[in-house]
Amino acid sequence: MNQTDDVEIVQFDNVGLRYGTGKEVLTDVSFTLYSGRFYFLTGASGAGKTSLLKLLYLSQRPSRGLIRMFGTDAITLPRERLPGFRRRLGVVFQDFRLVQHLSAFDNVALPLRVAGVPEREIIRPVTDMLDWVGLGDRSHARPATLSGGEQQRVAIARAVIGRPDMLVADEPTGNVDPDMAVKLLRLFEALNRLGTTVVVATHDIHLIQKMPESLIMRLDKGRLSDPTGALRYPPRRASAPPRPEVLGA
Amino acid sequence: MSVVPAIVGALRGDWRERNSAEARLLPQGKLSGPMPWVIAIMIGLTVVATASGLALRNTARVASADVSGGVTVQIVHGAPRERDRQAQAALAALRNAPGVVSARLVPQAELDALVEPWLGTTVGDDVNALPVPALLDIRLANGTDEVHLAPLRARLKVPAPAARIDAQASWLAPVFKAIGGLQWLAGGLIGLLAFATVATVLLASRNALGNHRVTIEIVHMLGGTDTQIARIFQRSMAVDAAAGGIGGLLLGVVAISLLGHQFASLGSGMMTSAGLGWTDWLFICCIPLGGVLLAVLTARLTVLGALRRML
Ligand SMILES: Nc1ncnc2c1ncn2[C@@H]1O[C@H](COP(=O)(O)OP(=O)(O)OP(=O)(O)O)[C@@H](O)[C@H]1O
Ligand SMILES: [Mg+2]
Repeated sequence: MNQTDDVEIVQFDNVGLRYGTGKEVLTDVSFTLYSGRFYFLTGASGAGKTSLLKLLYLSQRPSRGLIRMFGTDAITLPRERLPGFRRRLGVVFQDFRLVQHLSAFDNVALPLRVAGVPEREIIRPVTDMLDWVGLGDRSHARPATLSGGEQQRVAIARAVIGRPDMLVADEPTGNVDPDMAVKLLRLFEALNRLGTTVVVATHDIHLIQKMPESLIMRLDKGRLSDPTGALRYPPRRASAPPRPEVLGA
Repeated sequence: MSVVPAIVGALRGDWRERNSAEARLLPQGKLSGPMPWVIAIMIGLTVVATASGLALRNTARVASADVSGGVTVQIVHGAPRERDRQAQAALAALRNAPGVVSARLVPQAELDALVEPWLGTTVGDDVNALPVPALLDIRLANGTDEVHLAPLRARLKVPAPAARIDAQASWLAPVFKAIGGLQWLAGGLIGLLAFATVATVLLASRNALGNHRVTIEIVHMLGGTDTQIARIFQRSMAVDAAAGGIGGLLLGVVAISLLGHQFASLGSGMMTSAGLGWTDWLFICCIPLGGVLLAVLTARLTVLGALRRML
């Protein structure tokens, strides 16, 4: 694998997460993601995959630890800079999160409209994208009238339409047949080749096998293991002060 | 082709485009339901209250302009000859007094007309035989406070001991007081209506926020800024408030004209002279505008406040 300069796009350092006063669902999670690579996140149901992705797409703050994204401390990031970060991300939510009163077309166009792309530059790419995921003839349909798999494809189209710097997909092929799953994987691959870092959470071992060049993160009861040894662990610390226990204090 | 209009046009096009794009994020029209009606009622009541306040102010102004500087001197004396002598003496004394602009003996014909409703003028009535006081109508340059009246009294003591001097304004003082009270009432009503409007819009915005929470979260997650999301609500609220405002203005104007007709048919000269001027009407027409601004601002602050609680 001859990757480009190994630009660090995400760093987690000893991240822990608990919801409310419950027990930690993520514990001591440390890893580094590099720009332009393709990652799978696996683990049993309830292992914390969605929780980890929530931290990645900035909808949840960790209870402890450090997170850097795009070279910036994401935890102390002021509110008004969050939208700028989120526009660099494409997210496929496990529960799709489509806007129910908008058509498939308008749902896919949403990130572009939010980003202020002129209307005349929206129609073509959105139409093409819907064709690509096989929903060209359903573009006026509301989500409620689409099947689960169709909704999932709309969600995927919405996540990739803006060519994000990083794509985060939570079980993106959970509701589609194996052929469509492979087709969608090819879409992610194509996006990845254009430079997007891709993180896909999935149980589907066949899907992972279809991408031999991908890197695998494995969550086990909230703890991260690194079966392929591809994740640098612990992450490189640029300027963090040495810890007291290291100094023997 | 000139550059400036092209730029302006392009800007306007973009603006419209952005507007329509954002407008599509939330279902329009369903945002606030009964909102336009409530706002129409509020604006209608505000218009009536304001118009009443302005009319009262105008009435007070006209009346006080009539009586300001006005002083009445009554010569009350049982003997007509002595009464007339004292009246002439008072007139002579006051004419040259400092601060007096004009002094005039109210002619007998005018006095007769004044007392006619009470005493009658039928042939055979000897009006002159009745002890009707002689009246002098005086105008002062610097107001009719006691400071200005005292020297006049001193001046009349010798030539006209039966003279009684009164400022005309002092007779109307209770009326002015009542008008002032009504004006405060109108102001208080307007304040309460504004408060109620804000409260209504606040509730409607909260409600709309609750209904569209999921959509807002999605737009938020896709990188929508607080201002973008607030703008959608603002626009929707502006449309509702504008519709309600225009309705309310019409309602209020109809009510005012009906009231105006009622007062006009009373035949009181005061009301016609103290109607509403064109600046008053301009002000009244601005009320819906104020309502829209108030509604939009409230919606904006509510939505921004709620969004700030989201990560
Ligand atoms: N909002 C929440 N509040 C409280 N606990 C939560 C919340 N979300 C998740 N959890 C808990 O955190 C743990 C990890 O959940 P998470 O959704 O991250 O698992 P997952 O790996 O994505 O599972 P799956 O494969 O079923 O999607 C679970 O025990 C879950 O009950
Ligand atoms: Mg999950």
